[in-house]
Amino acid sequence: MILKRVGFKMQAMKHKDFIIKLSMILGTVWFIWFANGHFDEYTVRILNNIAIFVILAVSYNLINGVTGQFSLEPNGFVAIGAYVTALLLISPDAKSYQYAIADPYPFVMTLQSNFVVALLLSGFLAALLALVLSFPVFRVRGDYLAIVTLGFGFIIKILAINHPEVTNGSLGLNDIPEFSNLYWTGGLAIVAVVVVLNIVNSKFGRAMKAVRDDEDAAIAMGVNTFKAKTLAFCTSAFFEGLGGGLLAALLTSISPDLFDFFFTFQLLIIIVLGGLGSTTGAIIGTVLVMGGSEWMRFLDEPMNLFGYETTAMPGMRMVVFSLVLIFIMLFAREGVMGKRELTDLFKSRKKGGK
Amino acid sequence: MILKINNVTKNFGGVSAIKETSFSVAPKEIFGLIGPNGAGKTTMFNIITGNYEPSSGEVVFRNETLNGLKPHRIVRKGIARTFQNIRLFSSMSVLDNVLIGFDFQARYGFMESILRFPRFIGEEKRIKARSMEILDYFGMSAYAHDKAVDLSYGQQRKVEIARALATNPELLLLDEPAAGMNPSETEELGELIKKARVDFDLTVLLIEHDMKFVNQLCDKVLVLDYGKTIFEGKPADAICDPEVIAAYLGDFHND
Repeated sequence: MILKRVGFKMQAMKHKDFIIKLSMILGTVWFIWFANGHFDEYTVRILNNIAIFVILAVSYNLINGVTGQFSLEPNGFVAIGAYVTALLLISPDAKSYQYAIADPYPFVMTLQSNFVVALLLSGFLAALLALVLSFPVFRVRGDYLAIVTLGFGFIIKILAINHPEVTNGSLGLNDIPEFSNLYWTGGLAIVAVVVVLNIVNSKFGRAMKAVRDDEDAAIAMGVNTFKAKTLAFCTSAFFEGLGGGLLAALLTSISPDLFDFFFTFQLLIIIVLGGLGSTTGAIIGTVLVMGGSEWMRFLDEPMNLFGYETTAMPGMRMVVFSLVLIFIMLFAREGVMGKRELTDLFKSRKKGGK
Repeated sequence: MILKINNVTKNFGGVSAIKETSFSVAPKEIFGLIGPNGAGKTTMFNIITGNYEPSSGEVVFRNETLNGLKPHRIVRKGIARTFQNIRLFSSMSVLDNVLIGFDFQARYGFMESILRFPRFIGEEKRIKARSMEILDYFGMSAYAHDKAVDLSYGQQRKVEIARALATNPELLLLDEPAAGMNPSETEELGELIKKARVDFDLTVLLIEHDMKFVNQLCDKVLVLDYGKTIFEGKPADAICDPEVIAAYLGDFHND
């Protein structure tokens, strides 16, 4: 009896979940189409940024929030993705004049592909590197993991600076064709969110959450925790590489400075603010942080406050922004969403009793 | 014999937690591992589950040595456990906790789950139905969608056993299942374990301090003291054994 009732309840819940998800996707698609036609260039650029950071935040959240492995490496994977895409997209012509520090290796000149291949290659190379890295990285847990992955991020940046034959050193790569537009960034953001959600709502996602909650208990349930962590790490690296590629094709010029620790730090703020472990939270966090810091630009300019004229105060917006962050974290300890997802909010809060 | 412990010794630095202990557990038996604190009971559990590698000796499960196997591999061979202090996955629902036990039994790949292949949907349906059956057996199916940590202590203990049974074990290791329970809850748990042994075809190896519980439940007990076996046999005889009494209450004869 009970079994049947719960069974029906589950069926109904699944139905509702599906409708919510589908309407979110359709809504986003419509918004991308609308924004592309009606918004000015500046707004579209911010939306592009937000879409790319949604990809990065959602995938970073998979390893940091869902699997609970406090890692600090996304800047490294994003850098790899950005450089791979840049090298594959810049025309040989543009390459021939921009290597100022050292002559490029011959193979650098011949690298060429279309945008799709470049993006996929960026993702796969990052994922492959993550796979290799996972063997040393997941020998340690907790704080030690953070230090090891932090080191990796630094290594990538330093490698980029010190190999001008490939990366043009600290001058960076310029004249990357601007392939990224709202359809690419927004479309891939939807793909990333769907893929991550499908992983989270499968046995792999359950294993990842189990690792986060209690790794030893997960092992005692027959979960191969190394595999769960590696899958999360590689998936996250894949989308970080892909996002890096999109970023390179949006900014049209990249340099090692772009991928320093602050990049990771920004992503960390986003996922902690949104709620570690919640994909919905990661998206909300991105919109709040990326959109909010743009929206608050008016604070830097001269203002008229209750009849009192203030002078321009560059950096004022970051002060206010930091205060807002502190207040959000004070009043929502677990971030805006906690570990909940959008679909959880629509569920009845009724407690199951007999 | 389903489980054989052959001359197992475990040293931590200079301390021997277990000294050349041997015993075997017969199929469908409820076997009690008792002894005062620090006797090496939980160490023995950790050796069986592969969390510790024995310093010497061998653990044989169904005529197959477990030495050198990773803990998650040993679970897949058919040995499940519960923990002394309940360790449920705190952020997950009761149902998801039990579903973790089916992790290695669900036959679909990573890509199949991303693309939502029919096999994924079929397998998820199958393991969810099985999980609900197990929860229903423990009278917990009404709580399936509640968070595991919101349940009472006794209910959490049941969920933990249900979760262990989800791995489809032949041998179930229970580390102090009655700890922190009141007498009526303890009795109910005892009946439940007895019933589950028949319905799930289980052999049970348990650590327990509550002698009444052990008496009621176990077919055979092994008493450990400072890593050494001091008694093996029927639980009723253990309570009368002078060496066992000495181990628990202190030795009066050597004063």
